Amino acid sequence: MTAPALPRPSTATTMAKVVGLLALAYLLYWLPTFYKASQVGTFIRVMTLVLAAMGLNMLTGYTGQISVGHGAFYGIGAYSVAILVGEYEWGHFPALAVGVALSFVVGMAIGIPALRIRGMYLALVTLGLAALFPQILQRFSDITGGTQGMRVSKFEAPEGSGLANDQWQYYVILAFVVVAFVLVRNGVRSRPGRAMVAIRDNEIAAEVMGVRLSAYKVLVFGISAALAGLGGGLLVFNTNYVSANSFTIELSILILVMVVLGGVATPWGPVIGAVLVVYIPEWLPKDIPLLDVEGSALGPVLFAAVLILLMAVAPDGIMGLVRRIKGWALRQRRAPDVPGPGPNDSVPSH
Amino acid sequence: MSEFLQFLFLGLGQGAIYATLAVALVIIYRATGLLNFAQGEMAMFCTFVIWMAWDAGLPFPLAVLVGMAFGFVMGAVIQLAIIAPVTKRAHGNPLPVVMVTIGLFLALSSLAPIIWGTDAKVFPVAFGEGSIELFGASITHRVLGTLAILGLEVVVLWLIFQRTRLGLAMRAVASNEESSALAGVPVGRMLMIGWGMAAAFGALAGGLAAYVGLTNTLMLVPLIYAFAAATLGGFDSPGGAVVGGLVVGVVTELSAHYIPFIGNDLKLLPAFLLILIVLLVRPQGLFGKRQVVRV
Repeated sequence: MTAPALPRPSTATTMAKVVGLLALAYLLYWLPTFYKASQVGTFIRVMTLVLAAMGLNMLTGYTGQISVGHGAFYGIGAYSVAILVGEYEWGHFPALAVGVALSFVVGMAIGIPALRIRGMYLALVTLGLAALFPQILQRFSDITGGTQGMRVSKFEAPEGSGLANDQWQYYVILAFVVVAFVLVRNGVRSRPGRAMVAIRDNEIAAEVMGVRLSAYKVLVFGISAALAGLGGGLLVFNTNYVSANSFTIELSILILVMVVLGGVATPWGPVIGAVLVVYIPEWLPKDIPLLDVEGSALGPVLFAAVLILLMAVAPDGIMGLVRRIKGWALRQRRAPDVPGPGPNDSVPSH
Repeated sequence: MSEFLQFLFLGLGQGAIYATLAVALVIIYRATGLLNFAQGEMAMFCTFVIWMAWDAGLPFPLAVLVGMAFGFVMGAVIQLAIIAPVTKRAHGNPLPVVMVTIGLFLALSSLAPIIWGTDAKVFPVAFGEGSIELFGASITHRVLGTLAILGLEVVVLWLIFQRTRLGLAMRAVASNEESSALAGVPVGRMLMIGWGMAAAFGALAGGLAAYVGLTNTLMLVPLIYAFAAATLGGFDSPGGAVVGGLVVGVVTELSAHYIPFIGNDLKLLPAFLLILIVLLVRPQGLFGKRQVVRV
């Protein structure tokens, strides 16, 4: 006897999704052909932060652990590329590979002691790392340039491509983001992904089902750190410059805000979150009445308030809101014959 | 030898500050099982209030008391308005509440420069500039005074927790919330008082630490030291936090002085390694109770 087939999404929904994705693909292709280099630089910053937020989403959204140190892993990636390219004249891609590997190893090394006990302690250890990272940069300022920063040679477009450097950088980084997005999206829907969610929802039950808790938690943290390192490394492809002031605890917390604001445990959440966290401060008015500050200084306060508020009223972020509206719309349509909650109505577990 | 003593005392003086902040962390952990990542920033915020009171002409000790009172109210309000509702919604999952404390961290650290500006504020040195000679080393009045304050704290805490009805109720809530509620202990009010007390201790730590100049990053690094102290002593042991704080202070100052690799730049490294090693080898800390979970 065969199991009844799962209801397939209607053709219209599938078509809408395909059209949406094609439109998005065209938009992403078109952006650097229209905007000037400085704005393309901002797009690139957003994309690299999407990578970091995607990594953190694997950890926070799917596995239920918090890291306050992803800014530091982002920094490890950035400085690996900066030092290897700037001081030792490596190629950009080998340097990037080292940066990713180093983030992975450091992530595992500090994740092991923290993850053997409860989830909160990972936040503690990563907070320590985030505070220590600027000190390390300062201690080795003869290589890192400390707060003065250091310059790195350009990542140039190949001859004959017909692209400006910033456009070439944009498309290369976009390729990384797309590949990482697909890998993460498919990964979390596969067997390891189910195991991660099981750990988040009930550690003991997951362990009883045969999920190796420590191995999964430490490995996920390593991968999550490596994605942040990838983002940081790619950032330097465009900025040609790093400074110790850029990788603060505030950055780490903002990456956490991106994940929570967009919606934890959703593939698109980190993307939406990163876009909003980068652009909202730029949209704030320049002069705030009654306060002697620039609007952008209010950005972090606003994000902190949003983070607290979301935790209090809507822990599933913007994507959760979308899901709820969808569920509501479905119920409206089916209202005559299907009373009671619809299938999409289930409350996310945290 | 006198050089060693010099740095030993310096370390004890710093350690007393970390111990004070660690006690704040422990009070909240015992009451709610939560690591409060905003503890340092709450302390920094209260220290600005101390500065305002002192700047307005109050004598320094009185200004510190004003800051501690502000801290108490602030802690209680934060617990009542933010922590309690989120905890209730989270159904035993600690992560949303931890996330909220991280949000508070960001909110307070970015609000302070908007309110008080980014320039470092000149802040009084507690107990003045003088020093005394002891075994060939000179110890500043500040270090002696800070250690005396720590001693006073320990006595006051012991009296409150062991000799008053309030302390008994708070210990009851820490040990079993449900049973104490059934026994008629106002659990919510006890948690508010716990948060308030913790924030007041934080304000005290800030008042003792800010002699280096007051900015919004004042407690960023001390918070890590305090976490190291609480990890070492055990998160559920106030006595452990005091011992841990002193150990962290001494180890930090001595290693910064005697190990050239660490120096003044990498001062945080020993504390960070301490956290990792304690979590790896003895997660409950030196004086903490081992956590046993019933399945």
